[in-house]
Amino acid sequence: MEFQLTESQRALQETARKYAREVIRPKAAHYDETATFPRDLLSTAWELGLLNMAIPAEYGGVGLSHLEQVIVGEELSWGCAGVATSIIANDLANLPIILHGTEEQKKRLLGHFSERLKFSSFCLTEPEAGSDVASMQTTAVRDGDHYVINGAKCFITNGGQAEQYTVFATVDKAKKHKGITCFVVEGRPKGLTASKHENKMGQRASETVSLTFEDVRVPVANRIGEEGQGFAVAMATLDNSRPLTAMFSVGIARAALEYSMEYASQRKTFGKPIIEHQAIQFMIADMAMNTHAARMLTYESAWLLDEGKRNTLQSSYAKCFAADMAMKVATDAVQVYGGYGYIKDYPVEKLMRDAKLIQVYEGTSQVQRLVIARELFK
Amino acid sequence: MKILVTAKRVEDPESKIKVKPDGSGIVQEGLKYKINPFDEIGVEEGLRLVAKHQGEVVVVSIGGKEVQEQLRHALAMGAHRAVWVNHTGPLDQLAIAGLLQKVAEKEKPDLVILGKQSIDDDQNQVGQYLAEFLGWGQATFASKVESLESEQEKNKVPAIVVGADGKTVRVIREVDNGLATLECQLPAVVTTDLRLNQPRYASLPGIMKAKSKPIEELTPAKLGVDVTPSIQVLKMSAPPARKAGIKVPDVPALVEKLHNEAKVV
Repeated sequence: MEFQLTESQRALQETARKYAREVIRPKAAHYDETATFPRDLLSTAWELGLLNMAIPAEYGGVGLSHLEQVIVGEELSWGCAGVATSIIANDLANLPIILHGTEEQKKRLLGHFSERLKFSSFCLTEPEAGSDVASMQTTAVRDGDHYVINGAKCFITNGGQAEQYTVFATVDKAKKHKGITCFVVEGRPKGLTASKHENKMGQRASETVSLTFEDVRVPVANRIGEEGQGFAVAMATLDNSRPLTAMFSVGIARAALEYSMEYASQRKTFGKPIIEHQAIQFMIADMAMNTHAARMLTYESAWLLDEGKRNTLQSSYAKCFAADMAMKVATDAVQVYGGYGYIKDYPVEKLMRDAKLIQVYEGTSQVQRLVIARELFK
Repeated sequence: MKILVTAKRVEDPESKIKVKPDGSGIVQEGLKYKINPFDEIGVEEGLRLVAKHQGEVVVVSIGGKEVQEQLRHALAMGAHRAVWVNHTGPLDQLAIAGLLQKVAEKEKPDLVILGKQSIDDDQNQVGQYLAEFLGWGQATFASKVESLESEQEKNKVPAIVVGADGKTVRVIREVDNGLATLECQLPAVVTTDLRLNQPRYASLPGIMKAKSKPIEELTPAKLGVDVTPSIQVLKMSAPPARKAGIKVPDVPALVEKLHNEAKVV
């Protein structure tokens, strides 16, 4: 057992940290305030290879291991969780192709991401089907060598910017999750419309829209896997992406911890810096301890994936613990800052808003506990 | 052209440096390390020159196995290959310049680019010694021409320009009262100042590619250099702690204190 990053892992961490510190941080408050798409930050991310880090090198990506991805993910989210979410939305959308696409599909549908800045979106959630994926209403009907997709998707990251969509639809509602099938829609075809950007509480630098599919035609060649395999494809994708989402919590918590340590050393009450009050020391000790515990859980869940082992239980441990932890740590950071923490001119209230989303997206904290219980009683 | 650049491993400037209680050095535990910032500027300049004139950038570092991390950083930025002089233990600036001289004689570069100084020892000597040992021209503190006027900004002259015949180099240098330009014959030694350029990031694909770029291992013995230090560090100590300052309520109070207590105005 080795608890030490390798030289190249440290180099990846260093580049991501530098990008987060020099590129994301100076503009994080601006994009949070305006809730606009951070195209300039993402353009730099693309140049550095951060945008498509999961695409294997033979298809033009960087081909980072899961452990390497989470190391990078912590740094990005430390910069701004909203920007980090925008960055990994591409990988989330491309994972079904990476995991289940044919050689021909991988070359055709992944190769172009290294040629220019381009976004793709993962379209699973629907207004009536989030956690309950089997209730999916979007349909795909075979018509010769095409499928015709109809339905609506919601909370789609980068949905209005994307030029490729990974869409889940059912070929037979009666079959529940056994009817779900995965498709890749290229470009912005007629019949695909995006709503305006949702006015979110946090992670406002990531664009979130609803999408409507009206008779959108997809060639059969763009079906990922067989008909009815979509549920398995979606679940495998989420197993792969869950450690990264967990690490976003760690990034937020580390930012909250660092801001709290800095502020607590400067702010004085009753004649001494508040860090000299034991109550504040205990808060900061808890923040540091829980942040590190979440990091270690996440490293383990990513390592299991790299070892080719099933990580369903451990990735749910990591995602659930880390998300709840980040919410608590960010709230405590606001507390350490006192009245200033509640004001937008200080950096910690944003962390509290950003952290909340991680308890919700890519499997709520409740669903994670369901998964954990199910795995334990198997 | 072939450009030899250096990559010294130094303590990360963001690390907190503490002196060991016995004064034998600084506390290494928990410190982070990186490439000397001035060397990183040198790597960047080497890459820019090679992009313009073709050729290769060879990066060299001296130290134990750990300096491979800094070599890989330069390789990830785009340097083509690396030379590692494997040596642990103290080195003075003469020994470093001696080792670099042998590497330069072996590699026969057109230009050697070093940082003007390393942020750990703050010596600002190695480049100058190296030029002397090699008998080459030197241009220290290479800087770019800064101008606030936008028109002039457009016509900005690069700080290091290799002559059309490839036999000379013109360098703009940062000097006490402004800038000075000099020209010297190639091969030559140039040291970089802060304002020369903005080093690029090591990109993720660059980091992955750097894993397979070659690092040649040499030793002082192989290079035939005696590195016994002629300088001995007797003791290190922390700078004396400053007395806590005071806050004054207004300008008259400040002037009064500067005048009567500090006696500086």
